Amino acid sequence: MNPVEVGALSVLGAVLGLDVVSFPQAMLSRPLVAATLTGSFLGAPERGLLLGVTLECFALDTLPVGASRYPEWGSSSVVGATLLAMAPAPSAAALLLAVVVSLAWSWVGGWSMVQLRRLNARWASARHDAVARGSRRTVIGLQLYGMTADLARGGLMTAVGIVVFAPLMARALPRWSSGETVTGAIVMASAAIVAAGAGHKVFHAVSNTRFWFVAGIALGLVLLGVVR
Amino acid sequence: MSEPQVSLPTRTRVAIFLRTLAIQGAWNYETLVGNGVGFCVEPALRRLPGGVGGEAYRSALARQSQYFNAHPYLAAVAVGALARVELEGTDPAKIVRFRTALCGPLGSVGDRLVWAAWLPFCALLALLVFGCGAGAAGTVLTFLISYNVGHLALRVWGINVGWREGLNVASALGNPVLRQGPIHIARWGAMLAGASLPLVVQRLLGPDRVVLGEVLVVVAAGAFLITRFHGRIEAWKWLLGMLALFALYSVIR
Repeated sequence: MNPVEVGALSVLGAVLGLDVVSFPQAMLSRPLVAATLTGSFLGAPERGLLLGVTLECFALDTLPVGASRYPEWGSSSVVGATLLAMAPAPSAAALLLAVVVSLAWSWVGGWSMVQLRRLNARWASARHDAVARGSRRTVIGLQLYGMTADLARGGLMTAVGIVVFAPLMARALPRWSSGETVTGAIVMASAAIVAAGAGHKVFHAVSNTRFWFVAGIALGLVLLGVVR
Repeated sequence: MSEPQVSLPTRTRVAIFLRTLAIQGAWNYETLVGNGVGFCVEPALRRLPGGVGGEAYRSALARQSQYFNAHPYLAAVAVGALARVELEGTDPAKIVRFRTALCGPLGSVGDRLVWAAWLPFCALLALLVFGCGAGAAGTVLTFLISYNVGHLALRVWGINVGWREGLNVASALGNPVLRQGPIHIARWGAMLAGASLPLVVQRLLGPDRVVLGEVLVVVAAGAFLITRFHGRIEAWKWLLGMLALFALYSVIR
């Protein structure tokens, strides 16, 4: 992958990273969207979708609540989808590696967001007096500084992720020794376990949801026959 | 509810709405979303006597840029209400007390409605659509359109209800959608979770019924275990660890 392509993907990662918190929080950064967009950008929308759906199952377990540290799915999904799109052929091994990289990188991305919040706090502290005087320029400036820094953070996370993990992926794939079916089953089972557990975590506080869940499974099994 | 004694032109409302999309642009551990609230209310404050740079404007902007915490979408309710009370010339001490009182409810209601209900519901809906055979565009658009209809409607409603109710805005938080919405969404979300998972697994694994059956049994057992450990483990981190170990094993074997 040449520097221009890495640069273009970094811009995409920057925009999607910005969406996580700063602007506009329209969930363009959810893995389902971000990975599919990246796959489409690289001419492999189906691979992007495959990764996006798998990562979305993991993302259901993490809620972006307030001050907590949560994974940054925007730029990490771009990195993962790039790795998957670059693989010589679609395979379960490539999917599994892309999933592992995306998940790990999303956690590093969460750390980078914490650092950004600290940086924003330092900027805000340094300008406390100007804000207390009602300086329009300072209030607007702090917003713009924060968003610009977040944009740069997402771009940097994407660029570093691609540069670091693309060569590792290229070396790991030819050495992969586990079977296609087993590898695919392990990825999907892992994703579905997390998604099912997340469903319980998110919805269990409401009474009777387990009956709704069981009814859903029955519906899913019926649809399984129809869709097939 | 009392009618506002001042008006808010459409142009100003649009400016406020667009700014609410960036309300968390300077989110930090000192003032949280406080600077963002000041940033969003600012277009309305220009209508204060003396205009931009006037004493009233500067005092109000300083007040509105202090510490504030709320869900980013429902912060629009506070923005609308605070714009009104500032333009009506309410006593500053009363505005500060009102602003402080708004923090808690707007955070918890928003978290319950959006993060713990609407977002997972829309994601599961998109997964179901994918499981039923939709392509990339269909799956992604299902998620983006469904989610953002709710997202944008909530922001627009927030600004309008905040402006309309002013100091009485707390009553708006008793809106049935905010109170009962999370319950209904959670039930339908649970159903979507049950329906979508077998379909998604089947689509990603392919037509082999034996493998599908085995994976679904493993999923059921794994999910049961995770629910037993609910609150004590973060499932995605454990599964990431297991996937990483499997990858390592598959590469170096």
